[in-house]
Amino acid sequence: MTPAICIQNLQKCYGSVNAVQNVSLQVEPGEIFGLLGPNGSGKTTTLRCLCTLTTPDAGTVDVSGISVLEHPKRARQLLGYVAQEVAIDKVLTGRELLQLQAALYHLPSQQSSDRIHHMIDLLGLTEWIDQRSGTYSGGIRKRLDLAAGLLHQPHVLVLDEPTVGLDIESRVIVWNFLRQLREQGTTILITSHYLEEVDALADRVAIIDNGSVLATGRPSDLKDQLGGDRITLRIREFTPVDEVETAKSALKSVSCVQEVIVNPAQGNSLNLIVTPQSDALTTVQQALHQAGLPTFGISQSRPSLDDVYLAATGKTLMDAELAAASRRDPKEERKQNMR
Amino acid sequence: MTRTVTPQVSSPEVTASAIPEAIALPGLFSSEFVQETAALTRRLFIQLQRRPTTLIAGVIQPLMWLVLFGALFQNVPRGLFGESDNYGQFLGAGIIVFTAFGGALNAGLPVMFDREFGFLNRLLVAPLASRLSIVLASALFIATLSLIQTAAIVGTSAFLGAGLPGPGGLLLVTAIVLLLVLGVTALSLGLAFSLPGHVELIAVIFVTNLPLLFASTALAPLSFMPAWLQVVATLNPLSYAIEPIRYIYTHSDWSLTSVVMQAPFGAVSMVAALAVLVVFDAIALLAVRSTLKRTLS
Repeated sequence: MTPAICIQNLQKCYGSVNAVQNVSLQVEPGEIFGLLGPNGSGKTTTLRCLCTLTTPDAGTVDVSGISVLEHPKRARQLLGYVAQEVAIDKVLTGRELLQLQAALYHLPSQQSSDRIHHMIDLLGLTEWIDQRSGTYSGGIRKRLDLAAGLLHQPHVLVLDEPTVGLDIESRVIVWNFLRQLREQGTTILITSHYLEEVDALADRVAIIDNGSVLATGRPSDLKDQLGGDRITLRIREFTPVDEVETAKSALKSVSCVQEVIVNPAQGNSLNLIVTPQSDALTTVQQALHQAGLPTFGISQSRPSLDDVYLAATGKTLMDAELAAASRRDPKEERKQNMR
Repeated sequence: MTRTVTPQVSSPEVTASAIPEAIALPGLFSSEFVQETAALTRRLFIQLQRRPTTLIAGVIQPLMWLVLFGALFQNVPRGLFGESDNYGQFLGAGIIVFTAFGGALNAGLPVMFDREFGFLNRLLVAPLASRLSIVLASALFIATLSLIQTAAIVGTSAFLGAGLPGPGGLLLVTAIVLLLVLGVTALSLGLAFSLPGHVELIAVIFVTNLPLLFASTALAPLSFMPAWLQVVATLNPLSYAIEPIRYIYTHSDWSLTSVVMQAPFGAVSMVAALAVLVVFDAIALLAVRSTLKRTLS
């Protein structure tokens, strides 16, 4: 079967910045595919190449077997793109924006008004649709933007960080809506730096960091592949370095503990990978007690998507976010996104 | 650990081989092009309707020029400003052209803001028949505004005693204004797509606007100018719009062969002035087309 999206060896530089180094993705028809990575990891640039907004330096991008580079107009007809920054004309009402959007995709007038009507219903926009969009809250704007992106019934819906900055309620509305779309056979590619979002929505996920894809698979499979259980342990709320070292050497000799990682970002908490067994927690606590150390908090869990991220990139998503935030140049990024 | 699992999903209705044939691609001057141009133009007029300040200011400003600047030389000896009855009549043509020019020069600003706010992306990911629809919509909008402004100036001038050209003359004035607006709008949109941001665009508009006014025949006739400024003024496209309109105002017996300007290099007839404007438009459109091709392909 022809994949809905096939990206091969995509590369894109902006000056000296290597935004996308090597991205290959294959999204099957009808699935929700999540692109997970911190800000600045190359997600948006990948999407911009897919949606014909940016010409890649190298690599191929196909949508339903059609080359985006050779047949951009055809590809645009198949794609619906909802950008991260909600671009609406605040002077227009929601309905006027949808009418403009329908004309840009050349819908005949009857079909246009039918679909607009349908979209307003579907996304619960009736109350707001005839007010100027400048008065909308973030959640309503995003819903309007979704409606606009879906008006021409694209085969592939591309969403860049669909729930950034949304309240919990709006986020759940968007999630449920995307699940409904999948039921109807729409292929959806979303980027996110929310683990929860990818875990809740995506059939498959690709982990992207520094412009390269590091792992691809179903979230559950990726977690299962890691194996072992996770124990998060805090000796004190903020543990001094010498105590951490004592604890580390004490715990390494415990038979069920496979690995000990110190997380300085969380007040020197300890992340342990242990063989799944019922008495793991007590064993660890006993070992600590024998070493003369207290326990501030301890918990055991199955491997999470964050652990998958950690294993693939060598850092947690939150640390990557923080590191990326210090490296980023918002002005430069805005320039790249301008045409 | 790459590409481990592929879910089996029900077959979608589209296959790769079917798509290229199934989708016809509309081109320039198709009904799709008309549809998208109309929708983009409609957006600009909705904006104008809800924020009419620019239009109101755009009408008031030239009228202030006409009244205040016109009064400045109220008492100069009759006949000093060529064949005009008074300075107000002389100035009218200059104000018409200068106003249309200023409006067209600003045509790129909304497009620049669309770029900056990301609204342009919405247009660029859509399968537009031709992206020239973005340019054409702006041109239609600006041309309409210019004609409204021109009508206000012509009306006020008549009220102030500058007289009113006949129907043929008014038609030619309209054509001249539209020719100038087309070329300048194209240049402004070209700048909007090639400059980095609105600050730069406003700076360019700022340094272009008044110098081009002063280096034209808008405020004073060629005969008042030193030789070097006469050369500059006769190279300035604005003069080729101003002088024919002025001639129409002062000569009810104008024809296409009438000499409207005595340039340092020779006499310029009405039809020659129009030809200069057409050539200016052609150059502007060609220059802009390459910019649009580069940034919008």
